Amino acid sequence: MSMIFGVPVAVLSGQLLIGIINGAFYALLSLGLAVIFGLLKIINFAHGAMYMLGAMTTVLMFDYLGVNYWAALLLAPLLVGAFGVVIEYFLLRRIAGQDHIYSLLLTFGVALIITGVLVNWFGVSGLRYTMPDMFKGGVNLGFMFMPYYRAWVIVAALLVCFATWFMIEKTKLGAYLRAGTEDSQLMQGFGINVPLLISLTYGFGVALAAFAGVLAAPIYSVTPVMGSATLITVFAVVVIGGMGSIGGAIITGILMGVIEGLTKTFYPPASSAVVFLVMVLVLMFRPSGLFGKEA
Amino acid sequence: MNQPANSADIHKAIVEQQAVQDRKKMMLNGVLLLLLLAAPFAVYPVFLMKILCFALFAVAFNLLFGFTGLLSFGHAAFLATGGYTTGYLLSNYSGLTTEMGIIAGTLAATVLGTGFALLSIRRQGIYFAMVTLALAQLVFFFFVQSEFTGGEDGMHGIPRGELLGFINLEDNLNMYYFVLAVFIACYLLVQRIVSSPYGQVLKAIKQNEPRAVSLGYNVDRYKVLAFVISAALAGLAGSMKSVVFQLASLNDAHWHMSGEVILMTLVGGMGTLLGPVVGATFVVNIEYNLSQGPLRDWVDPILGGIFVITVLAFRSGIVGEIQKFVKKNLG
Repeated sequence: MSMIFGVPVAVLSGQLLIGIINGAFYALLSLGLAVIFGLLKIINFAHGAMYMLGAMTTVLMFDYLGVNYWAALLLAPLLVGAFGVVIEYFLLRRIAGQDHIYSLLLTFGVALIITGVLVNWFGVSGLRYTMPDMFKGGVNLGFMFMPYYRAWVIVAALLVCFATWFMIEKTKLGAYLRAGTEDSQLMQGFGINVPLLISLTYGFGVALAAFAGVLAAPIYSVTPVMGSATLITVFAVVVIGGMGSIGGAIITGILMGVIEGLTKTFYPPASSAVVFLVMVLVLMFRPSGLFGKEA
Repeated sequence: MNQPANSADIHKAIVEQQAVQDRKKMMLNGVLLLLLLAAPFAVYPVFLMKILCFALFAVAFNLLFGFTGLLSFGHAAFLATGGYTTGYLLSNYSGLTTEMGIIAGTLAATVLGTGFALLSIRRQGIYFAMVTLALAQLVFFFFVQSEFTGGEDGMHGIPRGELLGFINLEDNLNMYYFVLAVFIACYLLVQRIVSSPYGQVLKAIKQNEPRAVSLGYNVDRYKVLAFVISAALAGLAGSMKSVVFQLASLNDAHWHMSGEVILMTLVGGMGTLLGPVVGATFVVNIEYNLSQGPLRDWVDPILGGIFVITVLAFRSGIVGEIQKFVKKNLG
């Protein structure tokens, strides 16, 4: 078997694949954070909980209502997104004029509530989600085995990332969003319904997290606590990339996933820490982040 | 300068008013001190020590959050570093007296805090919160994988030992008065810091950082120092906690703990001296009472609910709201 740096190619490419998939999740999650941050100027500490809700909704809808994977891919983000709009409307909006630290703490409290309630109902052990039949199996690429579902995750995540980028950078709605990021008061003066836009933006960002959750359901263990550790890693990714650009968030996410995968191959004990170590390096040598403009 | 006599009068009036207020404060503090001294005869001392340790932790956190305006989401790292260092030293080197172990734990947290501070002040606002959270997670991973911490099991049976080599801390009353003395010393230290010229600069940074910069203050240096002091005191709280409970565990390093200290400070009243103490007492009591009753599985969601309600309805916290009330109706 052929080797690279003393590691079999199949193992290396396998870890690389896992890295890219993890990276795709990081990209989706940090994209949602960046979208929310752009208009609301807050970091959504409930993002991990929303990701978890996406996955839990998928599993529960299947178990109790027989909703299949494809429907869940649409329904779960819609439901969670609607939930996000409710949170924005009833909670975040009430303290919109205050220091942004308060909104951050509010989302943290919301995350504690959601996670805590679900832990009580379902415990912390994983729920099982059966993969749709059409995704079972995979294809041998010669140098590695590629499970169909993993390929689908990468394609789906990239498609959604691209669509989001396209919507924000190239459409009229996106132009409103970007304008709101610059100066939401002026935009309100032009007659655009900014509060509605803020609600929808929060809902959309949260829906992206839920979409990632649906994608994760068949391959990761679905538990009420799956979001919190992931979210902290995503924060590190966001610090590394900076939230200035949508493209930057996507690229950084995938890059960090790949680095994590490579570390797992060559030095497993450091794999969970490597993203944070990269963050430390970035802070030392490029404090504004790889793609960031702001300090 | 135009009317020296008049301004002298005003000055005199202010001084007198200040003196009256100071006397009131002194009396209040005296009563509090008596209560604290008598408390272990009414309440289980270990429970009181738990409150004092968390109160110190929250006071340390508040110096950074409430007075400097920096939201650290990684203070659990200092609590745990203090606790583990002290625990490890006291368990493995029987020649060490307890206070030496505690000092070493505090120093370890101080060093870690310096590293955190130098990295995190490179980013501002919410990025600061994210950086500190991520750094603390790195520390958490380190403690999970290190053997000396006992991993998931934690570090058990840490000897309380003898203070200065002759005061037996196995005795709960001795232990309590030691913890109380350390707590009061730290509280007075923070009070002194906050009212010093240095503390005024911290408040200025909190209120308007660009203006503080334009006035010529090296803002970053002030921030780093505040962070380091805060980390040191948090480490001291962790060190004492590990001696009191003879236990250091991963719970102390978890992000959950960083969230809890924020909650304590917020509920009690950020930016007030007494607030974090009240908040810590409140949260520790709530957690204890819930864990005894039918709602024992609902501690987390209830804490989350308290978070949400505090942020929505009374952002000044218990002490802050009382101060407002007093000012409005009695001042």
